[in-house]
Amino acid sequence: MADKLIKEMGLPKSMANVFAARNITTAQEALALTDFELMLLLDVGMAEVSSALARISEIACPPYQTALALMEQRIQKEGHGGHLPTGLKGLDEALCGGIPFGVLTELVGPAGIGKTQFCMKLSLLASLPTAYGGLNGRVIYIDVESKFSSRRMIEIGVQSFPDIFNMKGMAQEMAGRILVLRPTSLSKFTESLQQIQVALRQQQVKLVVIDSMTAVISGDYGQGASRQHLLGWHVSFIKSLAEFSRIPIVVTNQVRSQTRDEGCQYSFQVRSTEDPVGYDSHLVAALGINWAHSVTIRLVLEAKSGQRFIKLAKSPMSPPLAFPFNITAAGISLLDDYGRELKGAEINKIHSHGHSDVINFDGKGCSDQWGKPT
Amino acid sequence: MEVGRLPISASQRGKLIRAGYTTLSSLSSLSPSDLARGAQTAWDMLHEEQLLRRITTSCADLDNILGGGINCKEVTEIGGVPGIGKTQLGIQLAVNVQIPVDLGGLGGKAVYIDTEGSFMVERALQIAEASVLDMVEYNDLLRKEHRKCQVNLKPNDLLESIYYFRICSYTEQMAVISYLDKFISAHKDVKIVIVDSVTFHFRQDFEDLALRTRLLSGMALKLMNLAKTYNLAVVIFNQVTTKYMEGSFQLALALGDSWSHSCTNRVILYWNGDDRYAFIDKSPSLRSASAPFSVTGKGIRNSASNHKRIKLM
Repeated sequence: MADKLIKEMGLPKSMANVFAARNITTAQEALALTDFELMLLLDVGMAEVSSALARISEIACPPYQTALALMEQRIQKEGHGGHLPTGLKGLDEALCGGIPFGVLTELVGPAGIGKTQFCMKLSLLASLPTAYGGLNGRVIYIDVESKFSSRRMIEIGVQSFPDIFNMKGMAQEMAGRILVLRPTSLSKFTESLQQIQVALRQQQVKLVVIDSMTAVISGDYGQGASRQHLLGWHVSFIKSLAEFSRIPIVVTNQVRSQTRDEGCQYSFQVRSTEDPVGYDSHLVAALGINWAHSVTIRLVLEAKSGQRFIKLAKSPMSPPLAFPFNITAAGISLLDDYGRELKGAEINKIHSHGHSDVINFDGKGCSDQWGKPT
Repeated sequence: MEVGRLPISASQRGKLIRAGYTTLSSLSSLSPSDLARGAQTAWDMLHEEQLLRRITTSCADLDNILGGGINCKEVTEIGGVPGIGKTQLGIQLAVNVQIPVDLGGLGGKAVYIDTEGSFMVERALQIAEASVLDMVEYNDLLRKEHRKCQVNLKPNDLLESIYYFRICSYTEQMAVISYLDKFISAHKDVKIVIVDSVTFHFRQDFEDLALRTRLLSGMALKLMNLAKTYNLAVVIFNQVTTKYMEGSFQLALALGDSWSHSCTNRVILYWNGDDRYAFIDKSPSLRSASAPFSVTGKGIRNSASNHKRIKLM
């Protein structure tokens, strides 16, 4: 919409010519100036500028829909009302169907907690035929740290959907729908994103996974503001990819210790409390607060007293629930579909107590829920 | 249930309480003519509310510190950390603006400008359904003897009165705000414009900060004109950043100092221990105060906490 050309907007010829003469060709360029600036630049009266801007705004503005029409469209056109079911009953119910289309869902947690396992399971689910609850489509998996294991994914498939995967050639077909990209630098990552944009228009891509977003820039640059600034364009771009093609995009994020540089109170709070808040060290999501605003759903994976939990830390449509889970041969499974509702800011905290498992992707290190190796 | 916790505007509640009706049971035993005995009072309530034109947030404490609810003819900026409930409040207001005039609302429609994709229709439906139930319950109480006054609204009707724009770039954001003048003159029943959030597209990768400041102030001016011209409420959501102030890093609303002067009212939503609170940071007419609220399956509601209600600063 921003690139719409002024000459095609049906402005009166004299105005269109004046814009062209001053080299203002797109809506973006025209709207970047205030009414007054345009009046000076184009050397025309305020009334003409106002009506030209009104016309340009009307054309550059995307069309509206009523919320009802939006809902009906989603229910009619999209699988499961616009969600990718995760197969985890409690989580799917809390998310009104599953991972939502059109927005970013973030998985954040300490190393080895199961983010990549979850991503692999989701990739598999998206590639399955719709009769089995899948999206029957292709998946693009951006594997920055080379953690993706096709062997493990097939194992998850065989354990979760034995009737499909034991059919001849099925495993190959499903695995064939998942494209794994391994960019080695930020610029290669940017290229991958642009390739994805092209692929989205041509092929039936139904899910994009980025594992992990943190690793994309951690190798190249330092911490803090520069990192957040670098991600700025990428975040907008990824969100617009999700939005336009109405697919779910799942991104993983790592954790770090909270540093003293983090603010956690507003100035009016600081004034009213007598004792300063102690900075007890605990984990926070990497990538900062700007990133946290950009994701729509944040799932925190953590370990407390040796039990793993998946928590709905940020979700516009779910209560703050925490579900205990385990990693099994079939991927992730919830131990309890009802979950526990957490009070207050507890839902955002990330714990790593009693967590020392590292999953081995050759299958040897995986154990079932009774601790027996499988 | 206490009258003080009803999801109706604060001044109506105040009037009921001053007249001595503090619980719903005390109301239900009256006939409308009794209530109307200060015949003046009942009619005045509705009449004055129409003049004062405030949109309830469905949380009595929050309404109280806001002077009755979100005010029309003004721009209110609301900011907070991710997950605090900004979008929840936005959806609640988009539904509450539609409360019929007979029940103390504005009977208007809403424009919801979504720049981040955080508006989830499933959640809007949940909030709409809960709102209809609340309205039916309240209506039953008010019209005890004249049951033919039904609430005819269904949740889908509420969804149909929310005009949703999905904005994907700062240019589209400028365009929609300019276009709203024409749109609202054609849809005069719109009584609230919600921008969720105003920050997103101006925060990512905007190299020319001087341009950003100019665009933002131009936008703030247009929104203010919109509010005054069409007598509607404008609510804009802002994100949070960290700033080094007074010797330490603190949280502050994003978009900088010059933006912070642009909006008439500024409310900050924050965590206080385990509870969500709202703080009036800046307002020409409201006193600086904070109040707890909660986000439930039904939307924004009173906080269930037992702590002291409203804290005046």
